[in-house]
Amino acid sequence: MGLLSSRMSITSYQVAGQLDESVHETVYQGLKQHMIPKIEDDGYEATVGWTSFETPYAPDFEGYSFVFGTSMVFALRIDKKSIPPKLIQKHYALYVAKRLADTGRHYLSGNEKKSIKDHVVNTLVHRIPATPNVYDLVWDYDTASLWFFSNLKAANEALETLFIKSFNLQLIRLFPYTTADRMAGLSDKERDVLRKLEKSRSEE
Amino acid sequence: MFDIAVAYNRYKFLGNEFLTWLWFMIETDLSSFRQHDPDLVSLTVGNRLVLENRRNNAKETVTIKGDNASMEEGLLAITKGAAVTEIHLSYKTGAQTWEFSLKGESLNISNLKLPETGPMETPDDLEGVVLEKVYLIEKVVGLVNNLFSHFIHLRLSNTWDNQTAPRIRKWATSN
Repeated sequence: MGLLSSRMSITSYQVAGQLDESVHETVYQGLKQHMIPKIEDDGYEATVGWTSFETPYAPDFEGYSFVFGTSMVFALRIDKKSIPPKLIQKHYALYVAKRLADTGRHYLSGNEKKSIKDHVVNTLVHRIPATPNVYDLVWDYDTASLWFFSNLKAANEALETLFIKSFNLQLIRLFPYTTADRMAGLSDKERDVLRKLEKSRSEE
Repeated sequence: MFDIAVAYNRYKFLGNEFLTWLWFMIETDLSSFRQHDPDLVSLTVGNRLVLENRRNNAKETVTIKGDNASMEEGLLAITKGAAVTEIHLSYKTGAQTWEFSLKGESLNISNLKLPETGPMETPDDLEGVVLEKVYLIEKVVGLVNNLFSHFIHLRLSNTWDNQTAPRIRKWATSN
């Protein structure tokens, strides 16, 4: 789901810190450096990188094409290979049968079985294409706010990791505590009350 | 400052209390929300409401679904100590309507349907459409932030225990 979808999911973040140099140039360099590879690396089960909002399957950030008004709009792409368990089961059974026939034995040790399973998974990872998942984001640098268009835990964690790696800025996810602490303009006294706050009696 | 994961779990209840208060305010004092959003025409509970009651290590969940569903079961759950964990809302300003779900523990917005935007007939229209969508999302994110901000100041004051919590209990029992 993304910015142009008819239904969307949003996780809100606050971006902590500031960029030292020109914002658009620094972001451009970070995007370029951590862009999703154009050519799939057959050996990886999952690849994570930035891609462009307009052309997510042919990433291109030239001419600061990620700038829309006061916002920067680009996307996180996670290309993941999902091998159906039944396919692993089938190839594993074929390998085991072949090994038993080749060696004339009636059983295999635990280590041999594990090694065959690893071999099957590695072989299939090379043969199966990755499925791309694209998650848009909108970053308003001036207000330090970022909307990520997914509520999926794995996608949000991948975003947080790649963001700090790319821009050296931390993303603070805005859930009840962080929204109260960072966005509501609490006084020191209120902040003290918040730290000790327990569930309301009306909800017990 | 808490560790983020600890803070998330420790304060889940706060988001659920926010949604419970939101439902109460929608039903009893919606006009007061106009000071936080002058454009607000209406804010109504949509077609889904989830409540949860955790007592003695047991969890009881009540889900109310449907366009004209009766809310009696939800109110009854509140009187027994349940809190709203998820709410579907319909928000109107002028001729525009937003529909979305809000989850208490995360404040995540899901299933957001924006008002109709202009058509994208050529690639040149993209920027206009994006800016319009961003503006429309900002409206709904701003609404949630403003209401949460209002709630949290209230929740951290003595007024909550002395007035608001008893009023919520009274509202739930009298309906």
